[in-house]
Amino acid sequence: MLEYHPIMIADMGSNTNKNPTENHTQQIARECRKHILRMTSKANSGHPGGSLSAIDMLVCLYSTRLKINSENPDWEDRDRFVMSKGHASPGMYAILREMNFIEDGDMDQFRQMGGICQGHVDSKWTPGVDFSAGSLGMGLSFGIGCALAARMEKSERTVFVMLGDGEIQEGQVWEAAMSASNFNLGNLKVFLDNNGIQNDDFCDNQMLMGDIAKKWKAFGWEVKKIDGHSHSEIIDSIAWLDSVKNTPAIVIAKTVKGKGVSFMENNPAFHGAAANEEQLKQALEEIDR
Amino acid sequence: MTLAAPRDGYGNALLKLSENQKVVVLEADLGKSTKSCWFRKDHPDRTFCVGISEQNMVLVAAGFASSGYIPFASTFAIFSERAFEQMRNGVCRPGLNVHLCGSHGGMHTGEDGSSAQSVEDLAIFRSLPNMTVIHPADDISAEILTIQLANHSTPSYMRTTRNKIPRLYENKIDQIKIGKGVVHKEGSDVVLFACGVMVSRSIEAAEELSKEGIEAAVVDIHTLKPLDTNLVIEKSKSCGCAVTVEDHSVIGGLGGAISECLSKDFPIPVENVGVQDKYGQSGKPEELMKLMGLTVGDIVKSAKKAIKRKV
Repeated sequence: MLEYHPIMIADMGSNTNKNPTENHTQQIARECRKHILRMTSKANSGHPGGSLSAIDMLVCLYSTRLKINSENPDWEDRDRFVMSKGHASPGMYAILREMNFIEDGDMDQFRQMGGICQGHVDSKWTPGVDFSAGSLGMGLSFGIGCALAARMEKSERTVFVMLGDGEIQEGQVWEAAMSASNFNLGNLKVFLDNNGIQNDDFCDNQMLMGDIAKKWKAFGWEVKKIDGHSHSEIIDSIAWLDSVKNTPAIVIAKTVKGKGVSFMENNPAFHGAAANEEQLKQALEEIDR
Repeated sequence: MTLAAPRDGYGNALLKLSENQKVVVLEADLGKSTKSCWFRKDHPDRTFCVGISEQNMVLVAAGFASSGYIPFASTFAIFSERAFEQMRNGVCRPGLNVHLCGSHGGMHTGEDGSSAQSVEDLAIFRSLPNMTVIHPADDISAEILTIQLANHSTPSYMRTTRNKIPRLYENKIDQIKIGKGVVHKEGSDVVLFACGVMVSRSIEAAEELSKEGIEAAVVDIHTLKPLDTNLVIEKSKSCGCAVTVEDHSVIGGLGGAISECLSKDFPIPVENVGVQDKYGQSGKPEELMKLMGLTVGDIVKSAKKAIKRKV
């Protein structure tokens, strides 16, 4: 059985069950999926596909593991979460809403002038966002800086980074991958959202991805592959990440882009396009089914 | 006249800053060249070499800054350009106080050839909001300005120079302040706004001009951004024409900064001494300065041209 961190539980929002179960995380994930669909449809833009592929990991991580405090988002010794694939901002705002960092009204202003929910996640605008993303390939390096700083202070805080699979085509990711193992960063943990689709097409049509796990292993990382929509596998993988002590570790999560909405699933068209009114209605029904 | 390398000023400053436990140093293999190696020797626990990965280095520094540290990262000026977008999106946009130093800038770098002769760095970094851009004229000002950066409220880019050049600030230490130009010579016929290795050459040019009865003011604009507009306008008013002098492209650097200011607030004839939109080649620094039009004679010529253009 899993262990849940007492501080995290104490710090979590009022809508969070004190004894999270898979049913509970499923319930949060359902709400998040609806937030993602509604906010992108309202904005008539944004990135639902990669948000829906990542959301189960976000939900499990935020609701069972991250030591954060919505009352004090800038708490110095909080765990860090670096959303490097910054276009998955709807997913990020959805979980921040469920964790009480932001409100429904903020999501309504997604991508609108003056709203705190910017097109890509931005630490200057949104409480609970640790990293300003939007340009792929930079988050892992940022996470290294955070992890080195935590180690210098002998802090127990952990740095989690989420990467996209298209994103790892960026060279900087591999500069960072090499650095993280060079520095033996056991406090740096990565989730790779392996949904197989990027902006223009399926990843393999843009750039043959090869054996992703083998690449990370070759760079000195501990690697685990999971189903990125199975909450029990995700929660187990978080425990596994925590068990790795002196090496950076990555969970490669096989996911489905657009997961949970039939016409979005595995469809490159919904990388960066929102559902129209009719599609939204259908999508919300499917989520509630 | 004492000769010293501005990069040594950077290295000395880091050593002096080491008392502050929040100061960390990042390198991308070139610590021996930028002189962060001196800090590394004394404080290996606070020095992080990320290998030859400038983009990575800038974001690692950003991670440190977001965790409450004061990171100083350095590489060659030319390779700092490789991390331009990282500086834009990962540092300046979120307003993280990362201090990036590019040594070996300009034609003065010499023998390594055109691949190493960064003449765009000041222009590109000057274009970023929330950024401070500095190019000191000697080792003393490089040291003092670097020390001041540790308490500065924005990210920064500083270009230092590899070769030994005349020391100018031995008796002017108290005048060195980020964002404030320094008058090295008074004059009323033309003002020479210079930065980096070109400040001492501008002083020499003013002495040459003086022999011909032309009195040129010389101002060190070590901080290109934010520009000391009050001083720029004041000196322009008293002289009526100006020359900008830099070991950098005439596009977007000091020439750009001064022209942007004066065209708006006090339009006067401005001549630009700098690299005329072209690449260099291998050669001794002095040979290259001559080839690129960066000699004392070139400054004298431009000063006279500016004076002639006065209405």
